Amino acid sequence: MDLITPSLGLIVWQLVFFLLLVFVLGKFAWKPILSSLSEREKSIEDAIELAKKTRNEMAQLKADNDKAKAEALFERDAILKQARQTAEKMIATAKNEAAQEAKAEIEKARKAFREEQAAAVAKLKGETAKIAVEIAEKVLRRELSDKNSQEALVNDWLKDAKLN
Amino acid sequence: MNRNRSYKALAISILTLVFSVLGSPATFAQHEHEAHAEATHAHGEAEEFNPGETILHHVSDEHQWHFATVGESHFAIPLPVILYTPTRGLNVYSSTHFYHGSGEHDGFTLHHEHFTSEDGATVYDFSITKNVASLMISVVLLIAIFFTVRNAYAKRQGKAPKGIQSAMEPFVIFIRDEVAKNYIGEKHYRRFLPYLLTVFFFIWINNMLGLLPGAANVTGNIAVTLTLAVLTFIIVNFNGRKTYWTHIFAMPGVPKWMLIVMTPVEIVGMMMKPFSLMVRLFANVTAGHIILLSLLSLIFIFKSAALSVIVGPFTVFMTMIELLVAVLQAYIFTVLTASYIGAAVEEHHHDDHH
Repeated sequence: MDLITPSLGLIVWQLVFFLLLVFVLGKFAWKPILSSLSEREKSIEDAIELAKKTRNEMAQLKADNDKAKAEALFERDAILKQARQTAEKMIATAKNEAAQEAKAEIEKARKAFREEQAAAVAKLKGETAKIAVEIAEKVLRRELSDKNSQEALVNDWLKDAKLN
Repeated sequence: MNRNRSYKALAISILTLVFSVLGSPATFAQHEHEAHAEATHAHGEAEEFNPGETILHHVSDEHQWHFATVGESHFAIPLPVILYTPTRGLNVYSSTHFYHGSGEHDGFTLHHEHFTSEDGATVYDFSITKNVASLMISVVLLIAIFFTVRNAYAKRQGKAPKGIQSAMEPFVIFIRDEVAKNYIGEKHYRRFLPYLLTVFFFIWINNMLGLLPGAANVTGNIAVTLTLAVLTFIIVNFNGRKTYWTHIFAMPGVPKWMLIVMTPVEIVGMMMKPFSLMVRLFANVTAGHIILLSLLSLIFIFKSAALSVIVGPFTVFMTMIELLVAVLQAYIFTVLTASYIGAAVEEHHHDDHH
């Protein structure tokens, strides 16, 4: 029965040493260890929280960037389109103007030509009339001297004076 | 859930009781032989090997630290014997005086590790026995280990744990989160953590020290487990709140006349809890030691070294199991202590459905 009979001495020593252990470890080991543990846990949690926040911020930043990029691209397209339109318009205007100018020039040339032509015709008419008068005068003069030679002369002149 | 837990605890106590009863016939039977064995002790090695006596000797406390006896020479560390008698006051001796010759010295006689005084006065024995010495070693070890761990935390603040610190950290966190926080609750667990952690590591390290060859059987000693159980009992009842006491003396939802039966049952239950703690730890550790020693004794009983081919590996296997039991029993003691404290500090609100 010795095995299950607690001895007084051992109870006393066990009580003394165990309480000492609870006190010493409690004050100098468990307390700092547990506070370090919870501190570290807190810092890890904070770090995770910060990482999550940073990640969200990054995502936000990226979204913002993408949006800005898309906007810039859109704007560029718009500017390009506008520029193209302006250029087209300018070309069209220039073409138009050139065509009109050319037309006006041609018209002017034509008008000048017509005027000249009219003048030439008028001059020719006058000339013809004068020549006709001269011929008539000469014919008349020759008629008076030689009939044959007068005819030959008229034919000759007529051959020379080709009217155009 | 609480009820379920106490059923489990009850089942475990019954099992341990059965276990210890099954384990005891041999030890009881050997007891008779002890006197005879003692008588033949003087004749030296010629005596028959007595496994019961040997085993009982190994699991019991003694006043010296005996390692081995080879031929006539005893390899033992003498320990201080501290005796108090009302008649003669405090006396301190070396244990060597009592282990040589008749066991009588300066009016005190050591017989079967019990001191008697010549003048018939009651002897109060406060000796530093083998168990007390081992206890001191474990205390020094625990302080050394956890001061090192604490210093590591101070030195490596905010960094990942390293070395012994990382070996101990999971256990500390486990006791804090899975035992204390889980069973006692967020609100109160902090107060009880030092006790729970100390109990766990104290039992564990002493269980493991007890497995070393020639070591003392501290946690397998009823005085040690009794002290721990009584401390738990005191902590539980000093922290008992209204809910705890009404469940003992005025179980809610039970007819008044039934309380005549219920209250004594509850009071017995109150006592049974620490009692089961005491018996469980003692029986488990001592049973483990008895099994190991019985296995080794087979070699000497059959006087065959060849048997060690079988016994050896099996003893190694059993020692492995004992290593598991060492941490398991520490855990069980801590968990049950936490659950008893948890029941004591429980607030009223969630008990309405009982």
